[in-house]
Amino acid sequence: MEITAIYYLVPALVMFCCGVYGFITRKNMIAMLISLELMLNAVDINFVVFNRFLYPEQMEGMFFTLFAIAIAAAETALAIAIIINIFRAAKNIDVRSLNEMKF
Amino acid sequence: MDYSQFLAMKQEIALLIVFLLVFLYDTFMPKGSQKTLPWFTVIMMAAVTVAGFFPWGQQSITAFAGMYETTPIIVAIKNILNVGMIIVLIQSIKWANSTDMIMRRGEFYELILVTLFGMYLMISARHFLLFVIGLECASLPLAAMVALDKNRYESHEAAVKYILTAVFSSAIFMMGLSFVYALSGSLYFQDIYFALTNKLSVMLVVALAFVISGVGFKLSIVPFHLWTADVYQGAPTSVTSYLSVISKGATAFAFLVILTQVFGSFYSKAWEWMLYALIILTITIGNLFAIRQRNMKRFLAFSSISQAGYIMLGVIAFNAMGLAAMMYYILVYIFSNLAAFGVIGAIENATGKVSMDDYKGLYKTNPRLSVAMMLAMFSLAGIPPFAGFFSKFFIFTGAINQGSVAIYVLVLIALINTIISLYYYLLVVKAMFISEDECVIPNFKSAFSERLGLWITVAGILFLGIVSCFYSSLLNLSEEAPQMLMYFVG
Repeated sequence: MEITAIYYLVPALVMFCCGVYGFITRKNMIAMLISLELMLNAVDINFVVFNRFLYPEQMEGMFFTLFAIAIAAAETALAIAIIINIFRAAKNIDVRSLNEMKF
Repeated sequence: MDYSQFLAMKQEIALLIVFLLVFLYDTFMPKGSQKTLPWFTVIMMAAVTVAGFFPWGQQSITAFAGMYETTPIIVAIKNILNVGMIIVLIQSIKWANSTDMIMRRGEFYELILVTLFGMYLMISARHFLLFVIGLECASLPLAAMVALDKNRYESHEAAVKYILTAVFSSAIFMMGLSFVYALSGSLYFQDIYFALTNKLSVMLVVALAFVISGVGFKLSIVPFHLWTADVYQGAPTSVTSYLSVISKGATAFAFLVILTQVFGSFYSKAWEWMLYALIILTITIGNLFAIRQRNMKRFLAFSSISQAGYIMLGVIAFNAMGLAAMMYYILVYIFSNLAAFGVIGAIENATGKVSMDDYKGLYKTNPRLSVAMMLAMFSLAGIPPFAGFFSKFFIFTGAINQGSVAIYVLVLIALINTIISLYYYLLVVKAMFISEDECVIPNFKSAFSERLGLWITVAGILFLGIVSCFYSSLLNLSEEAPQMLMYFVG
């Protein structure tokens, strides 16, 4: 059996949708952050697969992925630092407790 | 590799040098001279701004195999952002030197310079890799800046809301980019434009929607605006003013560049109606929610959402006049909004009050601040002698020049919304001048830096509209921008 691009793209899309779903439904901020990581990783898979199967003569997608991984790492580090601040102030990391400011 | 290409990035490099100097100053200077760090930053930033106006930076250069581009119009928007940046820096001095902030004063100025660097990259990028790096470089340090007020819980809450939505939006944006890459095989703006011309597909429309929503988050266009009010309210006032003008102006310009240079050939087929709906929603919902706000920072957050809708009118106009009008609008908006934030910041620093009800009777005790606030509100609402009227006038004219009936209806809706916005801007003026209250804010003397910032912004509000050279030079620049025009025509 030949493994074609679709075998990579469908899992990537499922990962992305799981990320969106998790981001919307999860109440724990760390879980929300994990969902965001899922979305970013799905994007990375997409780029690599499109590069490998559609445009193998150039490496643009691969390089984009490398930079996207670094950016995702920076985002996670910063988000965790801010969540730790919240934990120190409020003693929990439930998003439902972020209700000081509302409409 | 030809290292002389780096000389094309004069403005970015100048900004990096300022960043390094501020960093060294913060690290190595003795405790006694640390208090002058904000003024040091202001002076260095002013030097960068003045250097930007010299003719040797004005020619069009493409560097790094077409990834980076600078043209006179790009230099102009960077200069506009620089001027706004100086005002933000001046207004932040009192707050930065307060006792709470002394430990973190240097960090604020370093982070704010890095975000401006990211916005420069966003504006100059002609390749999506550089664009994404610029976007992240502009939004991640901003999250740290929002969280800078360590002793206020709202500040953390705002920061977590900002970082989570920012990452979510950039993930959606990059998903859209991966679709664009699949369709065109390149990430260069120009290559994508030529590879995709007249090849409209469902995947492309999805990609376009993803890209627009990703950038729309940063610009707080309406379906993606939910973070705005909370973040503006929770962030320190200096950071809020930075978010609402500089960040928004840079993103709006980058948005225009992406839509014209990458997706320009699908203007009437795909993104005109998308923007059409977004603009109507943005202006109307921003206005309606602004009416019921009592907190001044929340109020200005919704006002800035509706202003973003007006800025987008310059994009949907899709001609040279729309581009010039958009840049002029950003310039005027920087001055008007920063005047409002200057007054809010001065009152907050002196008394800690940010509610509209606290402003009642302010004219009796602090007449100068009230007049500055009144001018800012008049300019934001677009009342004739002030700059805001002219910017709205030009942006409507630019949109109408596009010529279709649909745009006429859009401009009509925007006009009606201008009248609605007049109501809530005048609510502030009414509170200050007409309403009576027992506990009026007592008379206080604001710091020199705050007064200087207000004088600059008030001068801008009064003269930017009447002195015609600002708009006409922007119009000249945008009509001479060959690259842009090529896409407008093609």
